[in-house]
Amino acid sequence: MLIDIIYTENLTKNYGAVKAINNLNLQVYSGEIFGFLGPNGAGKTTTIRVLTTLTRPTFGFVSVGGYDIKQEPEKVKKVIGVVQQHLSLDRDLTIRENMEFHARLHRIGFSERKRRIDELLEYVELTEFADRMVDTLSGGMKKRAAIVCSLLHEPKVLFLDEPTVGLDAQARRRLWDLVRRLNNDGTTIFLTTHYIEEAEALCGRVGIMHHGQLIALDAPMDLRKKIGLITVETLVDNKTRYQFFADRAAANSFVQSLPPSTKTVIIRDSNLEDVFVEQTGEKVGDA
Amino acid sequence: MDAVYDVYSVLWVDLRNMRRHWRSTVATSLILPFLYLIAFGYGLGRGINLDGVNYLTFVVPGIVALTAFSTSFNGAASKLQIDKFFYKSFDELLMSPVSLPSIVIGKALIGVLRGLISSTAILIVGLYLTPTLTIGPLFVVVLFVSCFVFALFGVLVALVINSHQGMSTFSNLVILPMTFLCGTFFALSQMPDVAKAVLYVLPLTHSSQCLRAAALAQPFPWLSLVALLGFGASFFVGSVFALKKASI
Repeated sequence: MLIDIIYTENLTKNYGAVKAINNLNLQVYSGEIFGFLGPNGAGKTTTIRVLTTLTRPTFGFVSVGGYDIKQEPEKVKKVIGVVQQHLSLDRDLTIRENMEFHARLHRIGFSERKRRIDELLEYVELTEFADRMVDTLSGGMKKRAAIVCSLLHEPKVLFLDEPTVGLDAQARRRLWDLVRRLNNDGTTIFLTTHYIEEAEALCGRVGIMHHGQLIALDAPMDLRKKIGLITVETLVDNKTRYQFFADRAAANSFVQSLPPSTKTVIIRDSNLEDVFVEQTGEKVGDA
Repeated sequence: MDAVYDVYSVLWVDLRNMRRHWRSTVATSLILPFLYLIAFGYGLGRGINLDGVNYLTFVVPGIVALTAFSTSFNGAASKLQIDKFFYKSFDELLMSPVSLPSIVIGKALIGVLRGLISSTAILIVGLYLTPTLTIGPLFVVVLFVSCFVFALFGVLVALVINSHQGMSTFSNLVILPMTFLCGTFFALSQMPDVAKAVLYVLPLTHSSQCLRAAALAQPFPWLSLVALLGFGASFFVGSVFALKKASI
């Protein structure tokens, strides 16, 4: 049975006249990796801030871990782990000190604290760097340090806001491995990203946000199936035109029917960016 | 019991931080009051009498009060601002199960500690220069209360003001004039009534009145102590309210 670990009903957040989140209805199921995809400014971070009790919604109902965020925020705080987009560690302390701080905030006693810190450091392969100041670490290590800090109280759901921004390819893949491992070990993951390949690589289901609204929600493959699994790009009047086809045969016969003067024909698998383009008429990053 | 543990957890990280930087922290918070003590007290004040007492004796409790004030205020406010804007770690506190009142008290305590260290250091030098001061339990209590009130003031201001620029403007327009005017360097009896009325709505005035009365063994202004406690309570409530407004 699917259990909603996150549930929102008509969630709306206004900043003055701007609707950062507009009537969001969302269910995230226990045990899944759910991805929130969309360009910068689409409302992803605001949604995370509301779900993690940092921002008060203007309107609507939200429950996380079965608790109403307005009625029982302290209970919500016990079941969530949050890794923010920007580094939120005390950079004048070591990794171990930062971890100890988080463990204390969650009232984890001395011996349990020590055990979990050592275990988690091992888990993310940071043991040998545990006593280094956060400021002296690489970007990937800082991110992993931030993640272990958010895991000390064994949250049911882990929020990752743009977890791989600014990381090189190697560090990014290492982080993906970690996210998958955490999910296998039972943690529900809610992540936001504006990297298409990240959403495709990690997420069981993806919601696409645009101007504060959820414009598509499904498994990446099913979203692609809806528009067509094959994309054909052609250059028309110096603008790229995207057309979608159910399979390669259909795409091929379309390309053969094009006038020979048609420039730059690319036939490729469709992706979530195509879904976004098809739904909005914009490319990710345009907004 | 949980609340005490939480308050200590919030303070713990600031203590760790201070342990790493304590030399520069203490030195910077002592330099200005030390200069006041030398220039106004030892240099200028040895020959002057004010309200029937030697000026040096008069001014030392005032300088202790202003040291408690500026160090507690800045100690609490600057660390909170760093957490908010530089480390961005303040959100971590808000997302933890620690209650908002515990966060406010915990963040104030680092200011209290720094205020007590600095004002005690100044007091020791002051006592060496003018040994006639009486430092009893009442003085100690007032000093502690003052540091707490000023640290809570710092927490409130740091929570409400959302930029470094705003913070330094506030420091220059409110904090700096207060250190000079609130009965620290001169007796309020010398001021016109309008000025007195204004100065009595500022917490430092009450702190310096109380500290001076205690140190010079004059009749103690209990009403000022009550006023000081009232300021503390309103800064505390204001801070909790500011946090509540921002998060859930």
